[in-house]
Amino acid sequence: MDSAAGVVLEVRDLRAYLYTRWGVVRAVDGVSFVLREGETLGLVGESGCGKTMTGLSLVRLLPEPAGRIVDGQVLLEGEDLLAKSESEMRAVRGRRVSMILQDPQTSLNPVFTIGDQILEALGQHHVDGERSLAARAQEALRRVKVGAPEQRMRAYPHQMSGGMKQRVVGAIAVAGEPRVLIADEPTTALDVTIQLQYLALLKEIQARTRLAMLFITHDFGIVARMCDRVAVMYAGRIVETGPTRALFRAPRHPYTEALMASVPRLEGHVARLPSIEGQPPPLHDLPPGCRFADRCAYVADRCRREYPPTMPVGPAHEAACWRNEPSAPSR
Amino acid sequence: MQRFVLRRLAQSVLLLFVLALIVFALARVSGNPADLLLREDATQEDRAHLLRALGLDRPIHEQLYLFLAGALRGDLGESIRYRKPATEVFFERLPNTLRLLPLAMVGALALAIPLGVLAAVYRGTLVDRVSGAVAVLGIATPSFWLGIVLIYVFSIRLGLLPSSRMGGPSHYVLPTITLGLFLVAGMMRLVRSSLLEVMGSEFVKLARLKGLSQTVVIWKHCLRNALIPVTTLFGVYFALLITGAIVTETVFAWPGVGRLTYEAVIFRDYPLLQAVILLKAIIVLGVNLGVDILYAYLDPRVRYA
Amino acid sequence: MARVEERIDESALGRPRGDLARLPWVSFAIIAVLVLVAVLAPLIAPHSPTEQSLPDKLLPPAWEAGGSARHLLGTDVLGRDVLSRLIYGARVSLIVAAVALLAGGGIGLIVGIVSGYLGGRTDSFLMRSVDATLTFPTILIALLLAVSLGPGLRTIAIAITVLIWARFARVVRGEVLAVKTRDFVALARVHGCSHLRIMAVHIVPNVLNTFMVLLTLHIGFVIIVEASLSFLGAGIPPPTPSWGQMVSDGRSHIASAWWLSVVPGAAIMLVVLAFNLFGDWLRDWLDPRLRQV
Repeated sequence: MDSAAGVVLEVRDLRAYLYTRWGVVRAVDGVSFVLREGETLGLVGESGCGKTMTGLSLVRLLPEPAGRIVDGQVLLEGEDLLAKSESEMRAVRGRRVSMILQDPQTSLNPVFTIGDQILEALGQHHVDGERSLAARAQEALRRVKVGAPEQRMRAYPHQMSGGMKQRVVGAIAVAGEPRVLIADEPTTALDVTIQLQYLALLKEIQARTRLAMLFITHDFGIVARMCDRVAVMYAGRIVETGPTRALFRAPRHPYTEALMASVPRLEGHVARLPSIEGQPPPLHDLPPGCRFADRCAYVADRCRREYPPTMPVGPAHEAACWRNEPSAPSR
Repeated sequence: MQRFVLRRLAQSVLLLFVLALIVFALARVSGNPADLLLREDATQEDRAHLLRALGLDRPIHEQLYLFLAGALRGDLGESIRYRKPATEVFFERLPNTLRLLPLAMVGALALAIPLGVLAAVYRGTLVDRVSGAVAVLGIATPSFWLGIVLIYVFSIRLGLLPSSRMGGPSHYVLPTITLGLFLVAGMMRLVRSSLLEVMGSEFVKLARLKGLSQTVVIWKHCLRNALIPVTTLFGVYFALLITGAIVTETVFAWPGVGRLTYEAVIFRDYPLLQAVILLKAIIVLGVNLGVDILYAYLDPRVRYA
Repeated sequence: MARVEERIDESALGRPRGDLARLPWVSFAIIAVLVLVAVLAPLIAPHSPTEQSLPDKLLPPAWEAGGSARHLLGTDVLGRDVLSRLIYGARVSLIVAAVALLAGGGIGLIVGIVSGYLGGRTDSFLMRSVDATLTFPTILIALLLAVSLGPGLRTIAIAITVLIWARFARVVRGEVLAVKTRDFVALARVHGCSHLRIMAVHIVPNVLNTFMVLLTLHIGFVIIVEASLSFLGAGIPPPTPSWGQMVSDGRSHIASAWWLSVVPGAAIMLVVLAFNLFGDWLRDWLDPRLRQV
C-alpha cells in the first residue's frame, strides 16, 4: 500500500486534556493516525480511554471550558485544522468533516421538527443551489431510508423510534457531503437488528461518496464487519494499529490480545470468557512507563520505567510494546 | 388531554376544600370564633346575639355545613373593619394588585433571562461571578427592607420618585422594582443552570457540527429548551408574587389585596383574612391550572404524550 | 466512555475552578459573632432593650451629627437603644430559627423517610401532600395562624414548620430512595430486622448529611420569613425586640430617622448572607450532588 496516496486526514501527536477540579485529565495523550479516501479506520478501546475525546478534537468541539487541545496537528487534506480560527472551523464542520454522535435520543433538539433540523444543516452548505431546500431535505431522508419523508419532515424527534432518529442524525451528518465522517459508537444505543441495517446504510453512503470514516467503537464484531484498519486505544494512546485481518489474526500488543480473548466467538465453545483483570490507570495520574503494565501478563521491569515507542511489526502494522523490539526474544 | 385537565381540576378543588377546612378549624381552635369577631367592649348579650346570628350555638357539623354552603355562595362573612361583605372588599382591591403583578413579572423576566444567559455563556468569568454575587445578595435581602431603602434613597434623599400610594406612572416604579427583584435572583440562577445543562447536551454538538456558530446555537437551540423549566415554574412565580405583594403593598401603601391582607392581620379581622386567603388560593390554583394546560399545548412532548 | 467523560465535564462546568474547598471564613466569623452575641446578650448590651427614655428619643447613630457615644446606633421613638435591641433581637431570630427548623425539619425528615422507605400508596399520598403544600402560598396560613392563635413564639414556630416541612420531605425522600436499594438494607431485611429498626439504624445515618445541609441552607430562609411575619405584625409581639419588628417600627420615621429601619434590615441581610454562603459551602463539601436543592 502506498502510504501517501489518498490520505485525507492525518493526525500527528494529538494531545487533548480536560482541566477538572481533580487535576488535568490527559484524555488524548499523543495520538497519531492517518485516514485515506474511502477507507474505514476503527478506533477501539474500553470506556474512558479517550476515543470520543479524540473524535471531538478533530472537529474542535471539546466540552468547554474544561477541554483543550494542547498539542499536535490535525491535517485535513494538508491543512492544519488546529491552526484555523473558529469561523474558519465553521466552514469545515459538516462540509468537510462531520460526526455522528452516540445517542440518537438526545442528538436531536426536542423542540424543533425533523424537517427544521435537516433544513438547517442544508442551509449552511450551499451544495446545490438549483432545487428547493425542502426537496433536498426530503431526498436526504430518502437516502437514509426514512419512509414517507414528506410526513416525517413535520414530525418531532420524540415521535420517532431510536433507529429512525439515528438515521436522521446520519442524514444531517452527511448533508454537507463531507470528506471525513467520524462515527462515535453510532449503533450502541440501537437494537441489534437495527444495528446491522444502520451499519449497512453507512457502508452504502461510503461507497457512494468515497468518504473516509473514523469508526469509534468498543465492539470487535462491528470492527470486523466495518473496518479496513483498526487502531486500538488504551489510556489516551494508540497502542496498536494494523489491517483488520492481520490484527485479528496476530495481535502484537498484550492489550489487544487480552481484548480479543474477552470477545465471545461463534466457532468453538469457550467455557469461560477471560476478562482483563484490574482497571486502567486514572487519566489524571498516569505512570511514566507503559500504561498497561499493571494488567499485563508479560510485564517486565522496563515496562514500568519507559513508555515503549511505536514499532513496525508487519506490513502497515505497528504496536507500542517492548516485546516487539527486534533484540528482545520473541514469543 | 381532557382527562389531564379534569384530573388537575379535581386536585385543585380538593386542595381548596382542605384549605377551607383548615380555615374553619383554626377559627375554632383558639376558642369560640365569636370572640374573634366581637369588639373588646361587647356585652354578654351582644355575644349571645352574635352566636345565634352566626349559628355558632349549633353543633359543629352543622356549623361546618353552614360555612361551606356560605362559601359556595360567595359569602365568606362580613369584614369587621369595613362593615361589609369580605368578598366585596377583596374584589374592590383586586384590580390595583393586578396592575402591579404583570409589570413585576415582565420586569423580572426581562432582567433575569439575559443575565442568566450571560452568566451561563461566560461561566467562570467576571460576568458570571458578579451575577452570582448579585443573586446571592438578592436572595439574602428582605424585600420589605429593600422597599424602605428604595423609598429613603429615591423619594426622600433624591426626591425623584413618589414613595407611596397609587398615581401616575412614576408611582409604579419603586413597587415594581421591589416586587420584581424578589424573583430575579432565583430566576436568573435557574436560567443559568438550565442553559448550562442544555449547552452540554448532544443536540448542541450536532448543531455545532452543522457549522452553526456558538451564538446561533445558544439563542436558537438552547434558549428555548432552557426556558422550559422557567415556564413550568410560572405558577410558582405567580404564587411568590402574590405573597410578595403583601409586603410590597404594605411598604408602599398600595391599595391592593396584599395591603388588605396586612390590614386584616393587624386589625385581627378574621372574616376578612379568611376571605382573602380563600380567594387568593382560588386565584393561585386557577393560574397554576391554566399554566399546566398552556404548557401541555406548548411543549410538543407533553402535547403528544 | 462518553458517560465517564460527561461526568468529568459537568463537574468542571459546575462552578469556576479552585474556589471549592475554601472555607468561607467571613461567613463563619459573622455566624460565630451572631451566636456569641445572642448567648451573651445580657452581658454585652449597653442598655436594656425595652427601657424607654423619652428625652433621648430619636438620637442618631454616634457618627452622625447629634449622635452620642452612649447610643452607638442611636435610639428609637421611645428612646430605646437601637444597638441593645439589635443584640437582643439576634436571640429572637436564632431561637425562632432553631425551634422552627427542628420542628419543620424533623417532620420533613420523618415524612421523607417513611415515604421513601415504604413507597407504594403511602408514598404517593405523602408526596401529593408535599406537592400541594409547595404549590400553595403557605405564608397565608402563617398569617391566619397568627390571627387565630395570637402572635407569639409558638405560633410562629408552627407557621414556619408548615412552610418548610415539605421541602425537607421531598429531598430526604429522594435520598432514601437511593439508599434503600443498597445491599446492606436488603441484608438487614434478610437478618430479620423490622422496618422501624431498618429506618432508624440503617436509613437515618445515611441521610443525615443531606439533612444537615438542608438545615443549614434553610436557616437564612427561616430568618427572613420570621422577619417578614414580624414586619407584618404576625411575629413575636412587642415589646420583645425582633429585627423585622424594628424595621417595621422605623418605617414611619424613615424621613427623619433612617437608621431605625436601615440598621436592623442590614443586620438581617448580613446574617442571612452568611448562613447561605456557609450552607453552600457545607453542601459542596458534604454532598455536591445536592446542588439543585
